Amino acid sequence: MQASRGIHVKTYFMLALMILFAPLGNVLLGKGMKSVTAPASWQPAALVRVAGQIVGSPFIWLGVASLLTFFVAYMVVLSWADYSYVQPASSFSYAVVALLGYLLLGEVVTPLRAAGIAIICLGVFVVGRTPPRTTEPV
Amino acid sequence: MREAILFFLIVVAGTGGELCVSRAMKTAGEVTDFRPASLLRFLLRALRVGWMWAGVGLMAIAFFSLLGMLAMEAVTFVVPVTALSYAAGALGAAWFLRERVSSQRWVGVFIVCVGVTLVLLSKR
Repeated sequence: MQASRGIHVKTYFMLALMILFAPLGNVLLGKGMKSVTAPASWQPAALVRVAGQIVGSPFIWLGVASLLTFFVAYMVVLSWADYSYVQPASSFSYAVVALLGYLLLGEVVTPLRAAGIAIICLGVFVVGRTPPRTTEPV
Repeated sequence: MREAILFFLIVVAGTGGELCVSRAMKTAGEVTDFRPASLLRFLLRALRVGWMWAGVGLMAIAFFSLLGMLAMEAVTFVVPVTALSYAAGALGAAWFLRERVSSQRWVGVFIVCVGVTLVLLSKR
């Protein structure tokens, strides 16, 4: 009983880290990439120029750092919880990315998009009521 | 056409990468000690699993494809589209990881996908 409660607590904590840092990373990457000039062609010289712009953007590095934080939390939680539990449960991040996209990037979130996000959250609630692990540890 | 290719890479390489990483982490064992040194030892142990490198390679492809899409489209459009991997992920979990995906979880995944579809339609 205690072990079951413990596995839920640490699972929710790791999911919270994932839900915060994945959207933040994506929004920061989006902000960084919007300042990058699209390559005129797929020639190596043009791609190298674009790569230089990407590497020189602080938003890209902050985004990468956020996504790395997400990735560590993701790997750790996968060491005990099912992939098919973790992946849908982390979809709360869609609500967060919409919020951050609106607040930080000024992107438009239409009523239809908001409804879609609400339905995603409902799906997450359904998934969250299933046990985190259905397989025995290897 | 370029967008379709990038989305395909994000979904397929991203899902494949996550499945490989998940398999590697199951092999590496459960994390029970959260001290930094222990976590580092655990990560090094995970990096000795072949599936981890396959997963990281696939996720790198997905990441650079995501960067390409973010240069062209809004974050609130691109990120929901990447959730097309949910169906592929659940199928992959059942087939590749041998997880028992319950009917309740399938219902949840389906509802999530409906929501994602609405988000996608909101772009039109």
